[in-house]
Amino acid sequence: MIDFPILTLTTFLPLIGALAILLIRGDEQIVARNARAAALWTSLVTFIVSIFLWVGFDNSTADFQFVEKVSWIPSIGLSYHMGVDGISVFFVILATFLTPICILASWESIQHRVKEYMIAFLVLETLMVGMFCALDFILFYIFFEAVLIPMFLIIGIWGGGRRVYAAFKFFLFTLTGSVLMLIAILVIYFEAETTDIPTLLKTMLDPRTQLWLWLAFFASFAVKVPMWPFHTWLPDAHVEAPTAGSVILAGVLLKMGAYGFLRFSVPMMPYATDFFTPLIFTLSVIAIIYTSLVALAQEDMKKLIAYSSVAHMGFVTLGIFTLTFQGVQGAIFQMISHGIVSGALFLCVGVIYDRIHTREISRYGGLVERMPKYAVVFMVFMLASVGLPGTSGFVGEFLILVGVFQVNTWVAALATTGIILGAAYMLYLYRRVIFGKLEKEDLKSILDLKPREIAIFVPLIIVTLWMGIWPAPFLEVMDASVANLIEQHKTAMSALQSDGFAVK
Amino acid sequence: MYALAIFLPLIGAILAGFGGRWLHDRGAQIVTCGCMLLSAVFSCVILAEVALGGEPRTIELFSWINSGTFEVNWTLRFDTLTAVMVFVVTVVSSMVHVYSVGYMSHDPHIPRFMAYLGFFTFFMLMLVSADNLLQMFFGWEGVGLCSYLLIGFWYDKPEANAAAIKAFVVNRVGDFGFALGIMGVFLLFNSISFETIFAAAPDKAQATINFLGYEMHAMTTLCVLLFIGAMGKSAQLGFHTWLPDAMEGPTPVSALIHAATMVTAGVFMVARLSPLFEQAPSALMLVTIVGATTALFAATVALCQTDIKRVIAYSTCSQLGYMFFACGVSAYSAGIFHLTTHAFFKALLFLGAGSVIHAMSSEQDMRKMGGIWKLIPVTYTLMWIGSLALAGIPFFAGYYSKDIIIEAAFGAHSGVGIYAFWMGIVAAVLTAFYSWRLIIMTFHGESRADEKTLAHVHESPKVMLIPLLVLAAGAIFAGWLGYEYFVGHDMKAFWGDSIYVLPGTDPIAAAHHVPGWVKLLPIIVAVVGIIGAYYAYMMNKELPGKMAARFHGIYKFLLNKWYFDELYDFLFVRPSQRLGSALWKDGDGAVIDGLGPDGVASAARYVAERVARLQSGFVYHYAFAMLIGVAGIVTWYLFTRAG
Repeated sequence: MIDFPILTLTTFLPLIGALAILLIRGDEQIVARNARAAALWTSLVTFIVSIFLWVGFDNSTADFQFVEKVSWIPSIGLSYHMGVDGISVFFVILATFLTPICILASWESIQHRVKEYMIAFLVLETLMVGMFCALDFILFYIFFEAVLIPMFLIIGIWGGGRRVYAAFKFFLFTLTGSVLMLIAILVIYFEAETTDIPTLLKTMLDPRTQLWLWLAFFASFAVKVPMWPFHTWLPDAHVEAPTAGSVILAGVLLKMGAYGFLRFSVPMMPYATDFFTPLIFTLSVIAIIYTSLVALAQEDMKKLIAYSSVAHMGFVTLGIFTLTFQGVQGAIFQMISHGIVSGALFLCVGVIYDRIHTREISRYGGLVERMPKYAVVFMVFMLASVGLPGTSGFVGEFLILVGVFQVNTWVAALATTGIILGAAYMLYLYRRVIFGKLEKEDLKSILDLKPREIAIFVPLIIVTLWMGIWPAPFLEVMDASVANLIEQHKTAMSALQSDGFAVK
Repeated sequence: MYALAIFLPLIGAILAGFGGRWLHDRGAQIVTCGCMLLSAVFSCVILAEVALGGEPRTIELFSWINSGTFEVNWTLRFDTLTAVMVFVVTVVSSMVHVYSVGYMSHDPHIPRFMAYLGFFTFFMLMLVSADNLLQMFFGWEGVGLCSYLLIGFWYDKPEANAAAIKAFVVNRVGDFGFALGIMGVFLLFNSISFETIFAAAPDKAQATINFLGYEMHAMTTLCVLLFIGAMGKSAQLGFHTWLPDAMEGPTPVSALIHAATMVTAGVFMVARLSPLFEQAPSALMLVTIVGATTALFAATVALCQTDIKRVIAYSTCSQLGYMFFACGVSAYSAGIFHLTTHAFFKALLFLGAGSVIHAMSSEQDMRKMGGIWKLIPVTYTLMWIGSLALAGIPFFAGYYSKDIIIEAAFGAHSGVGIYAFWMGIVAAVLTAFYSWRLIIMTFHGESRADEKTLAHVHESPKVMLIPLLVLAAGAIFAGWLGYEYFVGHDMKAFWGDSIYVLPGTDPIAAAHHVPGWVKLLPIIVAVVGIIGAYYAYMMNKELPGKMAARFHGIYKFLLNKWYFDELYDFLFVRPSQRLGSALWKDGDGAVIDGLGPDGVASAARYVAERVARLQSGFVYHYAFAMLIGVAGIVTWYLFTRAG
């Protein structure tokens, strides 16, 4: 075990970078250039630091690792408690991996208020990483909520025309959930007298209270995932956000909800989890089929990918609540995969948006003629999104379905229709944008990928294929924690059963 | 060397695909053809060692998906079945590679085309050498992808794009069954590796599984699910609609993917999973019925098509039906035998058709051909050889394999077996008929092409003819050479353990012992079919037109391929699009947003405007609310703690 406070470093290094950028003064051009460079270097260093989490990770234990604990407000037992386990470690790395890519993707497309933009991004990174490392409820809540501020600024300042509507919509959706979650956290605190997560994971809450708590958490997490019918903020937010904003939104922020289910709802409220599983299954299956159908009808590229995200996240929630080894592991894997793939798809949209300034599918066609490299890149991610074996998308999706099949064949059969619809809407999108005759005048002089853009896509392609062909290094890290999660659930349920509770 | 045989096409494809700029057209052709030919040579060695030498082996590569008890590794399995398939795939593929050098010589995207072919071959080899269901699925989806790419190779043709998507999506519908089947197998056996499930299959013969709320016979359920996948890939009745449309792709692609290799994957799957299917008699009955019905259905449609490639496509569909009903009556080895001979003669027919199309300046409509047999005599002869083999005329390849199938169906002495037998006989008449209709319409009679095209008609270059000659040799000799091994005396030693038949039954032996008239009938009906076509299209040329007018309804029905496309369009395509847009506009827009955020938003906006005109950014509202929230928690805690 490394004694070095690596989690704190990963978390707060971007913040230090942001402060440094704050100090940059001078001519606007120079400030912009320096801010970009500083942000890129900070995020790259952060990424390299976070890699050590993976290298130094002990696969054999389900305990939290790299733990740091400092008392913060002792009077209420609040402490600065950080740590990661096999469930959260990849989300940390996902966040640190996507941030430099986002910064690189904003290199040219962001031209005004560059300094502030870079600061917002680095602060966002700090908050995201902090959220996945936090082992104290209050700390978690602060990070969880604070993440939205830089995200909002990014949408609100550098976003598109209807950003105010999108922001308001998101505000209404999340606030409702957050308030309920805050109340739930308070209730837990009063019941258990602590906000320390590892302690709470070992505490059994009263089954009747669990039901209410679970619903309160659900309100917050379901919006974040987002689950049907709480998903309508997502397409709007994506459409209005700048490219890099969409990448982070789809890549990391959507995972917060599902992470919340895994970290809190399932282990802390086993009885309620069991009780509400049918609800989750129903909503997830509806999400998969409904949003896939809606995606078929989209005319805006970003909206289409946003709807596909909802469908993919539907698989994730399904997987988590199967409470089978394959289901849960598949769900975590699918989240990482989706983070990379949907992020990359938004970047693909960004590439042509930067050139033609429209996201309307019908404005494109025949791009392969002028942009063969782009066509290949888009193809790879399109196929990963469709879940072709050999790409990361397949491994997660299939494991989830294997898990679901063991629990409920109806749900498995309905969810599997998602792979048909997924193929339909993605291939249809690809055909309309890339294939066909190149007829539109303004497309005839469009340029293929630049070296900077290739540098963005190459790591994403490598990871996508790596996760698809040799996922072992990822799966091994999760093994112990996933096994522990399921074991704990079983133990808790049998304990309840012996107490005379009606358990399936 | 074993692994190299599988991976060489991939290496060639990667070099040609990504190094196309440095290799140029010629380099890409040399690299891919070189890799492919080498792989074909290796496959001959593999066939000799594994099948003839009787030494099956497996090669472990590395782990793939390991999740709890769900363990899947990348493993290559070489038994006789695989060796035969590897041989067929690499030989036909290398011939198609070489042929493409000539056929695609005027195309601006040669490296891309060669790379696609290489990728396809690699995935196909992965499919046939898989050691577990998931790796098979990997190859399965991979060939589907390459098929998609190759059908849509001419991306500026809208029909090609549409056909490509259709092929992929229809295949995915089949894969839906395949995927569920794999999950079911895992649930039942706790493993998806062939070794384990085959060993455990007899013990699970009576097991039941809860599927969709019903307690069902496990083996039957799983086999039917897996068979749905096979139907999709092999274009069987109901799933066949993508195959004729796939003819939009370049002709070498049709020969390789849509005749010789990919579409036969379904048959291969059933044969590979024979230990499972043998435990599921009802599933086998389904296989027989679907196969026999498809054999007849596709043959009837082929009668009325006018596009030369579509005729051959439907013929492929029909021949796949034969292979399936062979498997259905447990004569797996006969099915694979037909698969092998069919690969040669059908690739020959397709490439021959390609040669015709090449000669006719890309004309595919047989109504605009005719009278060219003297101009392209080599192609003409090769088409004859292919058709003779297809019709099952004695001593050509198809005769051996098709006869044993028909005899096996009769020999099964079951209801479905007899059904398949008669379907097969009728389809055999039609097969001979449409084959000679094709030859006569294309090569004989008055020419219906225009002057300019006719002046251009020329024999294809050597690089195209030599592969045709190789395939023709296969179409002539493959049946005679393979007979004893595949379905004759050396059968037991040849197949080893790679194909399983229930102990105590021997469908091939039963096939050998059918009455004499059963053995003679297929030959007789084939000759009748040829004479019929000769009569209708050479002697009495008004007859087909009169027949079409007389039986207008039937003619229309056949011409429109039994209206399957229209039915699916009506049932699935349109509703899903309409539903999608309705859910979006009404579901998301009106209901969820209208009742939820927008309703609240308009109320909130009203209040907000009244109360305070704080900037316009709601972002600040949020930040403000956050601050109050955080302050609130801290206060609350301190308060309760103090109190």
